[in-house]
Amino acid sequence: MAHVTGDWNPLGQVFYRKQEIYSMGWRDIDLDKFVVAAAPYGGPIALIRDETKLVRVQGSIRPVIYIYTSSGREISSIRWNSGHVIHLGWSCSEELLCVQEDGSVLVYDIFGQFKRTFSMGTEAKEMKVRDCRIFNSHQGTGLAVMTSSYRIFMVNNVDEPRIRRMADVPGLDAPPSSWVVISQDRQSRVLLARENDLYLLDHGGQYSRQLAPVSQQVEAYTEMAVSFNNKYLALFTNTGLLWIGSSDLERAYCEFDTKCPQRPKQLAWCGTGAIVGYWENILLMVGPGKDYVKYNVDSTVHLVPELDGLRILSNYSHEFLHKVPSVVECVFKIGSIEPGAMLYEASREFQNGSPKADEYIRMIQDRLQVAVDQCIQAAGCEHEPTTQRMLLRAASFGKCFLSDMNPEPFVRMCRMLRVLNSVRDFTIGIPLSCAQLEQLSMPVLTDRLVLRRQYPLAIRICQYLKMPDAEGVSRILAHWACYKVQQTHVDDELIARSINEKLRDTPGISYSEIAAKAAECGRTELAIRLLEYEPKSAEQVPLLMKMGRDQLALAKAVDSGDTDLVYTVVMHLKEKLTLGDFLMTIRNLPTAQSLYLQYCKEQNREMLQDLYYQEDNFQESANCRVMDSYNETRMDERLRALQQAQESYTKARNEFAAKVTEEQVRLLKYQIRLEEELKRPYLDLSLHDTISQLTTEGNHKLAEQLRKEFKVPDKRFWWLKIQALAEGSDWAELDRFAKSKKSPIGYEPFIDVCLKHQNRYEANKYVGRIADPAKVKAYIKIGNLEQAAETAMQQRSEEDLNLVLSKRLLTCLFVCLLVTWSRRQRQLTCLFVCLLVTWNRRQRQLTCLFVCLLVTWNRRQRQLTCLFVCLLVTWNRRQRQLTCLFVCLLVTWSRQQRQRCSRVVRRI
Amino acid sequence: MAASHLSGGRVNLAILREAARKELLECLDKCDGTKAVVWDEQLTGPFGLIAEYSLLKEHEVDKMFQLRPGRLPVANVNNIIFLCRPKLALMEIVAQNILKEEETGGSRKEFHIFFVPRKSLLCEQKLKELGVYGTFSNVDEYTLDLIPFDSDLLSMEIDSTFRDCYLEDDMTSMYYAAKSLMSVQALYGIIPTVCGKGDCARHVADMMLRMRRELAGTEPQITPQIDCLLLLDRTVDLMTPLPTQLTYEGLIDEIFGINNTSVKLPPEKFASSKQQTGGPQEMPTEPKKLVLNSAEELYAEARDRNFHAIGPLLSRKAKLISAQMKERHGAKTVGEIKQFVSRLPHMQAAKISLANHTTIAEMIKEVTDSDHFMESLTVQQEFLNGIDTDKVNPYIEDCIARKEPIIKILRLVCIQSVANNGMKQKTLDYYKREILQTYGYEHLITLNNLDRAGLLTVQKQRTYPTSRKTLRLMVDDVSEQNPNDISYVFSGYAPLSVRLAQFLARPGWRSIEEVLRILPGPTFEEAQRIPVGLRKKRTSVGGGSESPKVTLVYFLGGVTYAEIAALRFLSQQEDSLSDYIIATTKIINGHTWLEGLMDTLCPAPFPDSSSTSKSKGRR
Repeated sequence: MAHVTGDWNPLGQVFYRKQEIYSMGWRDIDLDKFVVAAAPYGGPIALIRDETKLVRVQGSIRPVIYIYTSSGREISSIRWNSGHVIHLGWSCSEELLCVQEDGSVLVYDIFGQFKRTFSMGTEAKEMKVRDCRIFNSHQGTGLAVMTSSYRIFMVNNVDEPRIRRMADVPGLDAPPSSWVVISQDRQSRVLLARENDLYLLDHGGQYSRQLAPVSQQVEAYTEMAVSFNNKYLALFTNTGLLWIGSSDLERAYCEFDTKCPQRPKQLAWCGTGAIVGYWENILLMVGPGKDYVKYNVDSTVHLVPELDGLRILSNYSHEFLHKVPSVVECVFKIGSIEPGAMLYEASREFQNGSPKADEYIRMIQDRLQVAVDQCIQAAGCEHEPTTQRMLLRAASFGKCFLSDMNPEPFVRMCRMLRVLNSVRDFTIGIPLSCAQLEQLSMPVLTDRLVLRRQYPLAIRICQYLKMPDAEGVSRILAHWACYKVQQTHVDDELIARSINEKLRDTPGISYSEIAAKAAECGRTELAIRLLEYEPKSAEQVPLLMKMGRDQLALAKAVDSGDTDLVYTVVMHLKEKLTLGDFLMTIRNLPTAQSLYLQYCKEQNREMLQDLYYQEDNFQESANCRVMDSYNETRMDERLRALQQAQESYTKARNEFAAKVTEEQVRLLKYQIRLEEELKRPYLDLSLHDTISQLTTEGNHKLAEQLRKEFKVPDKRFWWLKIQALAEGSDWAELDRFAKSKKSPIGYEPFIDVCLKHQNRYEANKYVGRIADPAKVKAYIKIGNLEQAAETAMQQRSEEDLNLVLSKRLLTCLFVCLLVTWSRRQRQLTCLFVCLLVTWNRRQRQLTCLFVCLLVTWNRRQRQLTCLFVCLLVTWNRRQRQLTCLFVCLLVTWSRQQRQRCSRVVRRI
Repeated sequence: MAASHLSGGRVNLAILREAARKELLECLDKCDGTKAVVWDEQLTGPFGLIAEYSLLKEHEVDKMFQLRPGRLPVANVNNIIFLCRPKLALMEIVAQNILKEEETGGSRKEFHIFFVPRKSLLCEQKLKELGVYGTFSNVDEYTLDLIPFDSDLLSMEIDSTFRDCYLEDDMTSMYYAAKSLMSVQALYGIIPTVCGKGDCARHVADMMLRMRRELAGTEPQITPQIDCLLLLDRTVDLMTPLPTQLTYEGLIDEIFGINNTSVKLPPEKFASSKQQTGGPQEMPTEPKKLVLNSAEELYAEARDRNFHAIGPLLSRKAKLISAQMKERHGAKTVGEIKQFVSRLPHMQAAKISLANHTTIAEMIKEVTDSDHFMESLTVQQEFLNGIDTDKVNPYIEDCIARKEPIIKILRLVCIQSVANNGMKQKTLDYYKREILQTYGYEHLITLNNLDRAGLLTVQKQRTYPTSRKTLRLMVDDVSEQNPNDISYVFSGYAPLSVRLAQFLARPGWRSIEEVLRILPGPTFEEAQRIPVGLRKKRTSVGGGSESPKVTLVYFLGGVTYAEIAALRFLSQQEDSLSDYIIATTKIINGHTWLEGLMDTLCPAPFPDSSSTSKSKGRR
């Protein structure tokens, strides 16, 4: 193998090298006969026959656009049957832009599929386009055209074309000598030369005349070129002078006399360090220090400027001309004593088994880190895998002597090179350099692979670089699937199965997108099949609807549980189908149907009725009618609605509801009659209220009539009547009624209603009629505590007595004195009363003490009482009472009584 | 309002509130300039728990209005924001507001509408129909699902869940519930075990699992903080909401009604405290509003106790406070005094809180001591015990005859029906007839609704006694002061729903398979796969130090305070196997629940007869 430096050419202080990256795969292509458009970043190459040259045409006279990879493999060809193509170019997303004479721009993908078109405006259309430039703007790819009236129109982004007209150059009546677009500071301007005047035009309608930067007298600037990064500019004059400077013309680097007034075929920057001019058979590279290198070429070539160099396309080979990176220079320059060079030598000696390796390492011991870094960096700049391998081996050898080396850069470089080498492969044909890839970024590279349908490689790269699934593998698989569904010659079933097989385990795939693509291609069946795999119903449903699979959409929407989604489909169906079809459709899905019913309930009552009728849902239909009846504003309408409801209830076999509805109709009619007769409002009262009102008004006969008619139970009627009578303060009637026959509800209610209307006197009348056990309570209710106490005493009911006691405390004292029990009981009661009366704890304690002294029991009982007293102090009132009662019981009574009472206590 | 009381539990629910706040502010910030917010009335309560007015003010909300028909009040703002639920009826009001506003002209305003919790196609369509859709600069949604009420309590506060699901077959709220579970899981990790009982529970679980599939790997990587999700359908336990709750909080809810953790009380009873301040004595007319949550120490302790245990608790607290106050006499050195003074604010707060709760307790006692209350309770207990559930109850008859509030009647009748698995046709018809004749025919629909909901039905196979026996729903020796079983919340009746949760924790549902079979709806237990790295590390097997697991009990269709109390009681047991977090669609009690199932029909006035106007006033 020749030494690495074999192809190095010095240009001033630095070296340039020209490396062959591919020998072209195309056959019988003479670039001389074609217009060439090659995309940067190792992109595809488009060729179209150059119409200015005479060739023998075979077959059709229609031109053909051929698209090749950088390695010369044909990707596709487009048989051109549109207008005259002025210019070909590539956008940054690798779309082919074909600019026609009429100003329309047709956009194709690399497979020759037409994507879209846009126009450069009416003026361009009318005046015809005569020249065109495609450039990188801050927004993407820009495009500028010059019409035959020498006006320039520009779009900054071909994806969203917004046409701007550039300022006119005064007095421009002939084609400009040359022009170029400079895109800087988020603005694209045109630098235009009219003979030896330079104008800078912007889209704001401003132009500025630039001072001539060239020191000698020139007649015209015939060619100009902007560097890849838009920072540098080269001008070529008709005197053969080449001027190199900054793109704002502020600074000049050098002026170089080529001694050749002939305009170069192409003028292009090689990275940022040199400008290359191409004349017949000769390539002249000029550096900023007036140094130059001359290459001879034996056939037509085409120059493609890159970020860090220049690609040279010729009939048979594809070469890359670039500056030798400084690290590479460090390592490989003959006589270099840089640590990298030493390490490289050491590694080679080591592989040869020579002890010299040790010597070299010793020499650079303290700069080993730098050496390793240099080798790693240099490996990245090399194109040839063998050289890369040797450099990496050197780096890894050097690493062994370093204890705290960060492995990250080494690993990263190995990964990157692996990726680069795989895409540089002839079959893929993307000759990217390390610097270019860094600029382009890895996701873009995978995108480009996807664009070339290199799915397996893209996926493997993603997996290799451990990219997150969402932006890596899943995305690529989705693209693959989208491509797959466009293969119309393959069977639906087969495609669906193969897609599912591949995509099954990958999360985050949007099947709906794939399905949408399939639907776009008219493969509805396939789309539906694919949608089956889509987990998100919200995505499935709209697409299914779009494809007219409404039934399925509805089913899916129902499955999702998202009611809004169901409504979306239901409403869509309602508009689309005839009513009958619509109803039949939703009938199959109860969820959808009930949602629609819900909607109708609020919005469309008539439809609701129809639906119930259709479903033979008489029960709901009746309910609906009942509800509607309440909204009717005319009596006869309401009665009719109710009668219909009754019929429906009968059909629904809801006899009860039918019966009560019938009764309601009767009641309403009755009420109408009453209103007419009595001139009072009765309508819409319940039966209860109607009778009640009649009673209050003293119409007892009518009330009785209603009662019989509607079979009101006795008990309720009594309640109703006494309440109504009390309401109307008809005490006499109440009395009469009480005496009419034995009350089925007892006589307490009589007292209650009297008291409710603050008539204690009347209440008193009925106490006597109350059955004995309840008498005491009745007395208490009317506030006659003495009587209550007495009655309680008579009945010997401790429970009742206590009830009395609890009601009125002071009175109890009195009662205690009255009653003639044994002394002991009296004492006990006293104790009890005292406890109840006195709230304050201290008082209570005092009282206890006092009581304890008073009573003359035996010791045990006293103790017991004390104990209880202590307990009592803290509890609440009701519990206190209970306990007291308890104590009383325990102490004095027989066992049987005790048991009975304790039962009572528990119940409370 | 500070949210410190939310972060006290095993799982910090304040995060949920924080997330909701953030989203709200994002929504507000979508509109530039000054804003007036028009609220759907039902949302103000829940929103109060998420963001206070001052916060809104910081984001240029100058005015707040209630959503009402007619014209909006005048406001000099750039934006008008409608915040409302996706209800068609509300859309009409919104449209009216906008049209009126545009009529008057004035400064140009931008309109925005945010649907809570989700956009609805129907509403958007309605707005289009009404011709105002185009005027909105923003039509968006604000996803507010579970609102943190307390450190262990979440609620969606959707009123109509039960009705929608069981009467209308509209599962929208279940969809929201599933969504809410997804947002819980987004914050607290995927819940490994999901079990449940009931049709809706199954439906929600299915949707939840489905939504997780839809997320497909993009879910957040959080170690699960909640170990188990228990979905319970209200239909599984129709009984529990019906009887009167006997816990302190439950009774406050039953008597005064708690809405979004605050209660409005009659002001008269609180007048005395004003008097002390020396101001002129005047009766406050506005109801007194109290916020009830665990931020208040005393309330946190009292809320879940049986009301019988409240008296002693309050008196003990009173003694404690007075003892603390007396300490000032003992304070000799400056340091001691300083220490005392530093405690003063806390003591003052405790004193006020004690005074408030003593007043509330007195008010409740007035009610519980009344004969009506006691009698009704006795009947309830009888039914729960299965006594005389198959014949017409004389007390109910009397109540109907006295025309007591219809909901009280319905509650009792429903308890009877549920306890008996429905009633004999004859008995049922008798009750229904009595109700219709007394309260009016318009309640027929309500009765039909109750039938459909399974609350008031014709007799089916009697299974309730089996459940009662197997699940020990009735406990005789219940201690109200020092409870040893959840049955204390109803003084003898243990809520079935909570028993299910209890059995799930120990010994597992397998032991009660038979009962689960007779309860309505499917039973299920599913596991959600969790990436290995996120699984909880099990400390040494059998190690007793392991903290109990956390179970989220989600009540679909509503939960009562009594059930909440019972679950909290289970958490507090020393040997408890699980801590409980409670989530629900709505906090209910028997009253609000049945009210939601009622269809109140109001006859339209007849234009031709002016005399009927009186009948309107009756309702």
